[in-house]
Amino acid sequence: MRTRFPIAICFVFGIFTLLQYFSKHPTLTAMYAEILDWMQIVFVFTLLVGVISIFKIHSAKISRQERDWPYSILTILGIVVMAVLGFGYGTEYGSPFLWIFQNIQVPMQSTMFALIAFFVASAAYRGFRFRNKEAAVLLITAIIVMLGRVPLGHQISDLIPQTAQWIIDNPSTAAKRGILIGIGLGSITTALRVILGIERSYLGGRS
Amino acid sequence: MKGFKVISILCLIVFFVPLMAYSQIEDAELSDTPIFDISRLPVFIATLLAIIIFFMATYLVKARAETKIRKVAGLNAVDEAIGRATEMGRPVLFTPGWGGDIQRPTTIAALNILNLVAEKTAEYNCDLIFPTHDPVIMSAAEETIQNAYINAGHPDQFKPDNIYYTTSSQFGYAAAVDGAITRVEPATVMLLGTFEGEALILAETANSVGAMQIAGTDSTIQLAFFLVACDYTLIGEELFAASGYLSGDEKIVSSIKAQDYMKIIIIAMLVAGGILATFNLDFLSEWIL
Repeated sequence: MRTRFPIAICFVFGIFTLLQYFSKHPTLTAMYAEILDWMQIVFVFTLLVGVISIFKIHSAKISRQERDWPYSILTILGIVVMAVLGFGYGTEYGSPFLWIFQNIQVPMQSTMFALIAFFVASAAYRGFRFRNKEAAVLLITAIIVMLGRVPLGHQISDLIPQTAQWIIDNPSTAAKRGILIGIGLGSITTALRVILGIERSYLGGRS
Repeated sequence: MKGFKVISILCLIVFFVPLMAYSQIEDAELSDTPIFDISRLPVFIATLLAIIIFFMATYLVKARAETKIRKVAGLNAVDEAIGRATEMGRPVLFTPGWGGDIQRPTTIAALNILNLVAEKTAEYNCDLIFPTHDPVIMSAAEETIQNAYINAGHPDQFKPDNIYYTTSSQFGYAAAVDGAITRVEPATVMLLGTFEGEALILAETANSVGAMQIAGTDSTIQLAFFLVACDYTLIGEELFAASGYLSGDEKIVSSIKAQDYMKIIIIAMLVAGGILATFNLDFLSEWIL
């Protein structure tokens, strides 16, 4: 029952979702919309499970005074304060909830995003080192593409931006499409394995 | 009796959904719309073909004694990576990325790998940490890891606190996983799933603590970052082939073979399309698109 029921659910809904794609009949479209609504309901309940998980893990950290436990207090405080403000004063423009979101969460997210610039530099340094023939090809290609994308490249020679564009349009796009075809076929076979109940690893069972 | 229960519950669901749906469209013009949407005929034919090839490959693999899969360095390194973590007495961190939800085949493929990784960490008595941005994935992963520990014969080693939800915000998730990597300093970090802007942040942070990284994603943009920043990267279909490769299961291996047959058909169509386009005959591409 523990594995058979989820597999049966997967089969029924998988086949239905596949078949409804080939029809615009209002009954099937409405059925599909109904299933998507159910999924939203399931998601809301699991979100509750997620929040409980955060509370459980961080309260355990606080009680055991594990490493960096004061941050756990901040996490719990953040959830409680935002929930109280959201339910108490609403989330519309001018509300304290939105003020905290725009002035604390958004800058923090932007800070994390800005870190990418530094990580790109460190990753590029490691990736573009002249270690072997393949790395040399990568290094030369990267130099051409990067120069071709900035005004300096145009000033050196018009050939650089043209070559950069050729690299992007031809070898790069060809490689990307090859990978995408592989991903598409992999997705199809994985979906078929799940629908037909061949793949059960995601349920923790042996296939 | 068990089968009867399953069928009863399914029947309830199967009859309940159309009833709910029908109640919403009682005024709609049901008779005017055909059941089959003819504009999707090419996709329908391709789907049928894929299903036929899938079953044909299963039959062919069964008929043959052995089917070879080419060596994938990233998957061969899984054992080494877990062994390394065990020797160093540090955990393995596995995260499926921020971009995917449970419906995405990439997430399912990542959970399949997670199951096999969890069995190995259970055997080696090594901690496995699984932070995620999606509570549904968290619940599925908890079930997957727990059952893997039971299958490995070490249910007592399962630590539910190691599987946790962080936040649904992209960079909040990146900050949470970065924090976990910096604090616990895992010996191995597996970044397998759908990644977006957070990919490089996680890979570089893992590199900064000296972790061995195995990565794989369905995003071609993030794949470039992983190739540069990680020790091993699963490219394209390798991520989806992982569960068959690692478990050696005949049925999954046959589906990988089916992928190869489909690839041959696609190559043939590309060649045919190229020849037809050269002679300015575009009826095939027009019909497909």
